Amino acid sequence: MSPLLAARDLTLRFGAIPALDGVSLEIWPGEVVAIVGESGSGKTTLLRVLSGQQRPEAGAVLYRDPEGAEQDILGMSEAALRRLMRTDWGFVHQNPRDGLRMGVSAGGNVGERLMAVGARHYGSIRAEATAWLKRVEIDPARIDDLPRHFSGGMQQRLQIARTLVTRPRLVFMDEPTGGLDVSVQARLLDLIRALVADLRLAVLIVTHDIAAARLLAHRLLVMRQGQVVEAGLTDRVLDDPQHPYTQLLVSSVLAA
Amino acid sequence: MTERGYNFAYLDEATKRMIRRAILKAVAIPGHQIPFGAREMPLPYGWGTGGIQVTASILGPRDVLKVIDQGADDTTNAVSIRRFFRRVAGVETTERTAEATVIQTRHRIPERVPVEGQIIVYQVPQPEPLYKLEPRRAETRRMHALADYGLMHVRLYEDIARLGRVATAYDYPVMVDGRYLMAPSPIPAFDNPKMDRMPALQLFGAGREKRIYAVPPYTPVRSLDFEDHPFRPIRAPHACALCGSSESYLDEVVTDDKGGRMFVCSDTDYCASRRDVAQEAAE
Repeated sequence: MSPLLAARDLTLRFGAIPALDGVSLEIWPGEVVAIVGESGSGKTTLLRVLSGQQRPEAGAVLYRDPEGAEQDILGMSEAALRRLMRTDWGFVHQNPRDGLRMGVSAGGNVGERLMAVGARHYGSIRAEATAWLKRVEIDPARIDDLPRHFSGGMQQRLQIARTLVTRPRLVFMDEPTGGLDVSVQARLLDLIRALVADLRLAVLIVTHDIAAARLLAHRLLVMRQGQVVEAGLTDRVLDDPQHPYTQLLVSSVLAA
Repeated sequence: MTERGYNFAYLDEATKRMIRRAILKAVAIPGHQIPFGAREMPLPYGWGTGGIQVTASILGPRDVLKVIDQGADDTTNAVSIRRFFRRVAGVETTERTAEATVIQTRHRIPERVPVEGQIIVYQVPQPEPLYKLEPRRAETRRMHALADYGLMHVRLYEDIARLGRVATAYDYPVMVDGRYLMAPSPIPAFDNPKMDRMPALQLFGAGREKRIYAVPPYTPVRSLDFEDHPFRPIRAPHACALCGSSESYLDEVVTDDKGGRMFVCSDTDYCASRRDVAQEAAE
């Protein structure tokens, strides 16, 4: 077996600030990897570079496509990258407004990726959308409602349905539980965990919520000032932090 | 009699040359929008400045020009544009579709589909078929480049979900030669099938938006649809009150304030020639 996504020595500076400083990582099929760290530590930049949205100054990102061929993400044409982005990959934004079309009904939102890859049968698109709404615990009767009339938690679940409808193998999540209140967060985490196990998704999740990382992730990467300061199994890293910064991070978590 | 002090067909030769280059490029890439430096014209934007500039650039002294507005030859716009070209180019004008070599049109394709050797010039208010869905031009250009048209189907999906059918009755989006999504200008969806493999050259000019695009003769043009909701051209279920045609596209004319109305052909030339034939047959 080989990794689904492998990054080597990614480097990117914004002026004098090192956003990524020699970051390497691997994601294996069916694995959930969390990146934690404080604001400005380069988490989101790493996500953007790995998903081909931003070019690093140095380094390489390799992706193993469904045929088993290794693709160089940074050398890919824009068309190929876009195709990858709407079939084999998914991206869940922190703010559902960035990932949803607010003026398009819930069903249309879920169906968009299907139509983008060539689905041209209205009935089956609608059936698929209904099934996915059920799966993310949204009442299928609301299929024709606009997302702007949904609650924050529902919008986020809709965004997940919309992302997963094409059965991607790798999903990038940027703080998917940010901006939601705790009970809604818990429900969303539960849902993500169930879907990930069900679909055998590989997920790269960026978060500053240590609890969310513990619940979802198999492996954890701790970032600080553009460097991965510690990496390992989630429980190992959180129960026995080695790096002083990780120790600080773990000890800063509020216990309820 | 040609107006003195103007170049032939109003535009200067350098401008016409620039527009012809844009047209050639447009013909080479069917359905792709080509930017061009639209000039100020002696009429307001939205009245057909794009169409007039295209017509002016392709017109020769021996051309015969027909101008229609909503199918009619006798409306203000059609009459004014015809007179304009009579004055500045001295070309012959006609109301008969069959006699014209160049047909400039707003919102219709004549019932008698243009034939080989004819050129039909459309006036286009909005050349970008995606503009209601994606306001950023940089982004729509990228979508065209990558043939990323899922969004357009989302709009059709929304129509069917909300209304049970595609509600777009005019400016119904088409795929040209299986590659570029194109706005057919605000012609009724009824006219869309006429664009498919039309023997005449179709040119589109958008003056305010400064874009030219084209469909060369015999190019496949397909209206977007779903397999289980195929494209259906919409037509008022009546016969023309004047000529009796049950095939032509009809205008609804309100005749009084008591709910009286009649349906007549929007293509005045088609209607008149049918009435002539009927009268001759009666005599």
